[in-house]
Amino acid sequence: MKRPILILLKTLTWLACLYPLSALVYGAVTNNLGADPTATISFATGLATLRLLTISLAITPLRRLSSRLSWLIKFRRLLGLCAFFYASLHMLTYIALYAGFDIDAITTDIAKRRFITMGVVAWLLLLPLAATSTTWAIRKLGGKRWNRLHKLVYLAAVCGVIHYWWQVKPGVLTPLTITVILGVLLLARPVLDWMQRRRVQSV
Amino acid sequence: MLIGKPPDIPSSEITPRELYERYINRRRFLRGAAAIGAAVLGADRLAEVFDPRVRALAGTKLQTVKSPLTTTGEELTSYKDVTTYNNFYEFGVDKDQPAKNAGGLPTRPWTVRIEGLVKKPQTFDIEALLRLRPLEDRVYRHRCVEAWSMVIPWVGYSLSEFIRQCEPLPSAKYVQFLSYFDKKVEKWQSESSIFWPYSEGLRMDEAMHPLTMLTFGLYGEVLPNQNGAPVRVVVPWKYGFKSAKSIVALRFVEKQPPTTWNDQSAREYGFYSNVNPNVDHPRWSQRTERRIGQAFYAQRRTTLLFNGYADQVASLYNGMDLRKYF
Repeated sequence: MKRPILILLKTLTWLACLYPLSALVYGAVTNNLGADPTATISFATGLATLRLLTISLAITPLRRLSSRLSWLIKFRRLLGLCAFFYASLHMLTYIALYAGFDIDAITTDIAKRRFITMGVVAWLLLLPLAATSTTWAIRKLGGKRWNRLHKLVYLAAVCGVIHYWWQVKPGVLTPLTITVILGVLLLARPVLDWMQRRRVQSV
Repeated sequence: MLIGKPPDIPSSEITPRELYERYINRRRFLRGAAAIGAAVLGADRLAEVFDPRVRALAGTKLQTVKSPLTTTGEELTSYKDVTTYNNFYEFGVDKDQPAKNAGGLPTRPWTVRIEGLVKKPQTFDIEALLRLRPLEDRVYRHRCVEAWSMVIPWVGYSLSEFIRQCEPLPSAKYVQFLSYFDKKVEKWQSESSIFWPYSEGLRMDEAMHPLTMLTFGLYGEVLPNQNGAPVRVVVPWKYGFKSAKSIVALRFVEKQPPTTWNDQSAREYGFYSNVNPNVDHPRWSQRTERRIGQAFYAQRRTTLLFNGYADQVASLYNGMDLRKYF
């Protein structure tokens, strides 16, 4: 891929990743975050996290489907880190606006409310991934160990979706779409593995 | 052939032909323009505007009197927020959907059936209900189980006045409320896995409490569809889902009736659902709430026992374990 095109695509991706945040900031400044701005901020940051995680998980299956898409790998770190950024904003929204920085309330919530437990677990799973996202870390860990550590992203994504299901009222089906998409992307890997093995066998 | 005197219209009153043609053409043009307008806006939206049922009611002012039962000392939630931030799952599960989708709710003709343990089953027309008692302006706090709250100026009167007309038998210990349900009108009802029609219920003493309101309007006007038109119940000391909307029937029963959210998840939504900061919802604490319409940093406030109506209603629950009967 030509360098200028790569720079353009990277810039566009950055802008797309920053869009949800800028929309929230604009909304806050113009007092346009809706009737329940706390819920709006929480939902927007949570959705951004899940979407970015899902998009980042689409990269490997796409690369395996076509060798011409191998450049997509250059975007995975950016998407993953942005997902972690929004996950952190989402958690900060809970700590500041829902719990009012009340440590007692927060520890009770984490212990008693399973969707909050799951949310914290998902964030904790993303934390080492964000911390080891640098090239230096990849070199220090070595490719093999780094890859094994970063398989935690699958678990983090699943925890994130469960967190969403446990948050909505029983009977509400809004998380269904992202669940299906994520399910397909997670299944894609073993399916592609199986397809590859069959191709090797038939040779 | 028409037998009888021709009408006495002086010939000076006869419209000159060319004027008549101009008017006919103008009418044709307007009809054409309206047709194009309808096509552009969406024919059903335009039909709403010309539908006599909706046109007669939209924004109609109600004649109201002051009420000693009104809540003071609270800032009212804006009309915009009250009418565009709604839980009315039959019209979609997002908060902005009912305002968009509830236009087709047919609020006339409307009747409320009285069934069950009553002297005789009756059906009341909505117009009769509107005239039963003077309509009072009552400001009430409204606390959703989702931990957000509003302050709403409702219009109506105490449900007890209506219940007296229903003549329930002494054996009636509970009253069940059934809401309107029509799959064709409420096309979004399948977005959630809830069984319709919406059902709610109160113990007889709760239903007879003066604070429990049979509600016909808000902000001095007829209820917008998304707020539960044309008649709903408001029980301000309980979580909002107890305040059933668009009521079509009251059923007086001996045993605690099934209620929609309790059916969905008995663990999360109790029959009583009294607002109580000390009894947590399984999925979140009920200690605080977010006041709608405030800036994001100013929303959070402490939840009050019985939503601040403890003085008036706590005695209903003397001796009851509020944690067990939540």
